[in-house]
Amino acid sequence: MIAGWRRWRKSEAAQGMLLLSPTFLFAVVLLAAPLIMVLSLSFWTQNYLDLDKTFTLDNYKTAWGAPIYQTLMARSLKISLLVTMFTVLLAFPVAYYVSFRVRPERKSLWIFLITIPFWTSYLMRIFLWKVILGYNGVVNGSLLATGIIETPLSFILYNQNAVVLTLGHAWIPFAILPIYVALEKIDRSLLEAAEDLGDGPIRRFTRVTLPLAMPGVMAATVIVFIPTIGDYVTPRLVGGPNGLMIANMIELQFKKANNAPLGAALALSAMLIVSVIAALFVFLNRKYLKGPE
Amino acid sequence: MFKGKIFGIFIGFFLVFLYAPTLLLPIFAFNDSSIVSFPLKGFTTEWFGVLWNTSPLHVAAKNSVMIAITAATLSTILGTLAARAGTRYKFAGKKPALAFIMLPMVLPEIIIGVSLLVVIIQLGMTLSLWSIILGHVLICTPFSIAILNGAFMNLDQSLEEASFDLGMSRLKTFWLITIPLVLPGLISSMLIAFTISLDEFIIAFFLAGTEPTLPVYIWGQLRFPAKLPSLMALGTILLVLSLLLLGLAEYFRRRGAKRTGQMNTGGFI
Repeated sequence: MIAGWRRWRKSEAAQGMLLLSPTFLFAVVLLAAPLIMVLSLSFWTQNYLDLDKTFTLDNYKTAWGAPIYQTLMARSLKISLLVTMFTVLLAFPVAYYVSFRVRPERKSLWIFLITIPFWTSYLMRIFLWKVILGYNGVVNGSLLATGIIETPLSFILYNQNAVVLTLGHAWIPFAILPIYVALEKIDRSLLEAAEDLGDGPIRRFTRVTLPLAMPGVMAATVIVFIPTIGDYVTPRLVGGPNGLMIANMIELQFKKANNAPLGAALALSAMLIVSVIAALFVFLNRKYLKGPE
Repeated sequence: MFKGKIFGIFIGFFLVFLYAPTLLLPIFAFNDSSIVSFPLKGFTTEWFGVLWNTSPLHVAAKNSVMIAITAATLSTILGTLAARAGTRYKFAGKKPALAFIMLPMVLPEIIIGVSLLVVIIQLGMTLSLWSIILGHVLICTPFSIAILNGAFMNLDQSLEEASFDLGMSRLKTFWLITIPLVLPGLISSMLIAFTISLDEFIIAFFLAGTEPTLPVYIWGQLRFPAKLPSLMALGTILLVLSLLLLGLAEYFRRRGAKRTGQMNTGGFI
């Protein structure tokens, strides 16, 4: 028994597990345990300062049934989906350009260039979109100066379009990178083969390049779609009253409204919905597009 | 598939879109007007002077730097252990365990902020800078692992084996052979984690008790139009600082790649 334990301790597997355990335990204590606590909280009730710890589904009934939460959830989903579409459609040609058009020794520089804006002050970046899109903003200013419009456009700020644009801007590097990696992996001789066998550039793209890039497109979709549903700052700064999203409501419940259990139920419901949609998307892609293993 | 010239123009527009907000920041920081809008008025460094005399800002900046240094150190240590385990060893459950550790990369930050807040309140602890540090370590560790995976994967194992053969202990080998070889990766991971922590808002917003971090302070000031020009100046300083840090991180990452003698086409991730 003890000899067995000693031998196991010296084995590869044991050393690997021991090495990984501090990081893993950290994630369990600070992520898994808190998430379980949020889950149990969502089944309790807040009575002013006390928590009533009897099991109830009331918070979920409210979160899924009350019109205000339904509206917010539907809007958040719509915005997340639009952001994902906008981001992935814009990211694909950029990733394609860097992978196929940029000289190999310059690629690293390009990727660096594309990621830089992502690392610079998040709050400032979002706030500056307000300056760009605002009534006296950059867009209106230049359109007025060139005489294209006579009165400033007011439909470009404080609405859902502004939220989609700003969030898309914030997440685009995260969409470009996985698509770029997938495109880089494509064996260029496959493209030559397609050409030799008589495929034009469009057929070659739809039959070879795109299917081989799908794993990257899927990764980009998931990476953008899931976190954007929880964005708090962008809807607050550029969304206006009709552009608020579920994260703003979650914050309200946890802080001013003092109803943490309902906030927990809303947060978990939002996570559940996006995870199911993302999983469904990945599943359908695997089933019908059958990318490479 | 895409025509050359049109494609180039498209990429040009994309870069303008990508950099538009970042480029406006320094423009308004030096603009001699108390309103942040066009047309520009004149050149001034007044707003930087305002920053110099705002003491709550200094407190917030000090908190942020303290948090960022601690979070960067801890996440690099945890990242090193995980990257080493992930690249060098094979064992049951490795993949799901690593996937779980990487989860904060795709989880909305508000979920992390909320869940840590719930735990702290339920356990009756008070919010402190440490609660923010722990939250930041959680989100920085996946980035550290992604960077360090590259460093450890390119590590030539025969160098370590040679060290064992020459009679060095495991610990000594790790300290004298492995660490120097992955040092550029370690520095790069520290710098990236520092940058992420310095800029992180949501988790700090939920977990900041009475001591704000820099982004939490900025968020509070964004409501006051009169404060905006000086915030632009602050944003410019932060922009220059993160560019410096990222440039350094990229430099060390490349040096690491060169040291292990491989082609260099990737970015940070």
